[in-house]
Amino acid sequence: MRHGKYPFVIGFLFAPVALYVTFVIWPYAQAFQISMTNWRGLSAPQWVGFDNYRKLLDDGAFWKAVQHHGVLLLALPLITIAIALFFAFLLNVGGKSSGGQRQGVWGAKFYRVVFFFPQVLAVAIIAVLFQMVYRPNESGLINGVLMKFGLEPILFLVKPNLALWSILAVLVWQAVGFYVVLFSAGMASIPGEIYEAAEMDGASRVTLFFRVTLPLLWDTLQVAWVYLGIAAFDAFAIVAVLSVDGGGPDGATTVLAMEIYRNAFVYSKYGYASAMGVALFFLTLTFAALTLRLTKRESVEY
Amino acid sequence: MSITPEHPAALDRRTVLRRAAAVGMLATPAIGLLSACATSSGGDKDNEKAAEGTKSEKNPLGVKDDAPIEVIIFNGGYGEKYATDVHEPLYKKAFPKAEIKHQSTQAVSTVLQPRFASGNPPEFVNNSGEKLMDFGALVADGQLQDLTELWDAPSVDDPAKKVRDTVVPGTVEAGSFNGKPYVLYYVSTVFGIWYSGKLFKDNGWAPAKTWDDFIKLLTAIKAKGITPYGYAGANAAYYQWNVILTQAAKIGGVEVLKNIDNLEDGAWKQDAVKQAATAWAEVGAKFSDKSFEGLKHTDVQLRQNQYKVALYPSGDWLEGEQKKDTPAGFDYQLMPVPSLTASDKLPATALRATAGEGYFVSAKSKNPKGGLEYMRQMLSTAGAKGFTEVVKAPTVVTSGSEGFAFPPGVASSQAALKAAGQDVFNLYFDGWYKELDTEARSATNELMFGRINADAFVERIQKRADAIKKDSSVAKFKR
Repeated sequence: MRHGKYPFVIGFLFAPVALYVTFVIWPYAQAFQISMTNWRGLSAPQWVGFDNYRKLLDDGAFWKAVQHHGVLLLALPLITIAIALFFAFLLNVGGKSSGGQRQGVWGAKFYRVVFFFPQVLAVAIIAVLFQMVYRPNESGLINGVLMKFGLEPILFLVKPNLALWSILAVLVWQAVGFYVVLFSAGMASIPGEIYEAAEMDGASRVTLFFRVTLPLLWDTLQVAWVYLGIAAFDAFAIVAVLSVDGGGPDGATTVLAMEIYRNAFVYSKYGYASAMGVALFFLTLTFAALTLRLTKRESVEY
Repeated sequence: MSITPEHPAALDRRTVLRRAAAVGMLATPAIGLLSACATSSGGDKDNEKAAEGTKSEKNPLGVKDDAPIEVIIFNGGYGEKYATDVHEPLYKKAFPKAEIKHQSTQAVSTVLQPRFASGNPPEFVNNSGEKLMDFGALVADGQLQDLTELWDAPSVDDPAKKVRDTVVPGTVEAGSFNGKPYVLYYVSTVFGIWYSGKLFKDNGWAPAKTWDDFIKLLTAIKAKGITPYGYAGANAAYYQWNVILTQAAKIGGVEVLKNIDNLEDGAWKQDAVKQAATAWAEVGAKFSDKSFEGLKHTDVQLRQNQYKVALYPSGDWLEGEQKKDTPAGFDYQLMPVPSLTASDKLPATALRATAGEGYFVSAKSKNPKGGLEYMRQMLSTAGAKGFTEVVKAPTVVTSGSEGFAFPPGVASSQAALKAAGQDVFNLYFDGWYKELDTEARSATNELMFGRINADAFVERIQKRADAIKKDSSVAKFKR
């Protein structure tokens, strides 16, 4: 049967590869090509070389968006991972030990389900939900309470220097649940004996966390960081639905995907939008490569 | 998704139309290519066999009296009853021998694209709805009949009056492409500042005509604990730039807006625009609520219905849009944007009005004259009155809305339109250059919520206008 192996393998691979090339690789390649034209969606595109990229260089909205990605890129993974780790630790090993086995805090199983709720909701629904939460008048969830106490309402999405952080808070809220589950799974696979041994040596919970849990969870953290970084390069749905005036006020919350959407589907500048898309592609790629390279460590075998 | 706010249907559709038209101009070469392979039975042949009759006083367009005519109606918000019950019988009355073939659809392009491609288009089309055909592309492809003949023809009711003089000023222009009329926009839309007649009556307030009175009114409202003025910054900032530019037109005349539409150098920096922006920035700072920047238009409109906001800028679709939230006796009323100075070029009654819901006649159909005549019948008093009675919306025919019991809001906007006389204007830049609209929206929020002043406002929009003017990939329009 040996001589029949390759046709067999090729036969199986053909369909998925063809699908992948048609629906993933080809559109990517096309985006590169379109980004070199002034295509507006209808008439035949004209080749303009690197013109679109040159325009990008002095497009204020583009640079604003890149800057916001910078902020999100630092803050989103940091905050999300910190919170998720804390919760995961409490849920898995934060409680007292019984019969030599470390337990989560009381009600851990219930919390685990609750934390995962935001992940189940569609992004658009979350955005609409937070419109209610952030609403700047007495019918808003937060401001309604504030105003009951006679305080001034906080203009979450309206104040230019507060708006991006309000958006970030939603992104974190939405992401934490998933990473709690991810880290929980990671922690569950850390052998109980290690904790036991550490405890016998008199390690406190804090020491346990930093000396045992964290190093043994490194691989999972690395994955989380890359995922969250890529999420920080997206954020489109939340920004589009939640922010004032589509990435406003005056571009204070805009992200690249928002600008791409606007240029392509509002201004019909498909060429220019594709150029932004290509820029985003390289930014994301660079980020992922850098993160994996920088966080490379020898993993602990157990 | 939601960067396009949920506009009120009327404005939305119109904006889409104009935008579609703008895109369409670019589409021409592609259409040409497509038709090279898609059209088999030469849609290019000259329309030599177009039916023509002898012109007479009763038949000024020279319609062949027994030539059949096919009417396609978009069966959307206005339904099709107005055509079958009003306009078609009118045509039949004028030309009893003509056969009328009526068809309605909700997907105009699906039904008609192949017919245009094969050179057999229907005479009369109500091109509207989500699947409307691209007006600009149709124009560029020579598919639309030039309506000049119709507008210059004597009207049905008074042969001494041309059809163009029986409609609201600006109707012809609204359907023109680079100066030539191709589309009839039939439903009238008036813009202004809206208030509750009840609230004003209860408090003894009166709408203001001069700026001093306006400020006094706002102060009085504020003293009552009601937010005097507001618009929704989250998705409807263009309601407010509309007010600012209306103000500018009143100060400096309609030329101000024409310059802006035509991307003339320094158009936004005209003194009138600056003055208007300064005045309204003050209203924003003193008489509005900062939280409105985070609200959507429906939120602010609801607050007005709850008597928490006194004045709100919008078009006359507002009353219909708010129908289910409006308390009994609210009594929507329109007040034109008040005069700013005593030396304003336009009177206090002047306002922005335009038309929506597009109709056209196919140039390459068998009986284009019949299509034009059908429009002439639509534009008669009887045709317009009938339309209004069926769909409860005013048409562009001035005499058609007389005597009809509109709900209070539309009645007041119609009265204001009548009072404005010839001082009615419109603007087009937002449909032609979407980027400029986006910039104007952002800048308007910055201005009205106190982050920039009028100088910076005109400066930044001018900068964007200049950039668009220089961008060769953007098709330019003139009026």
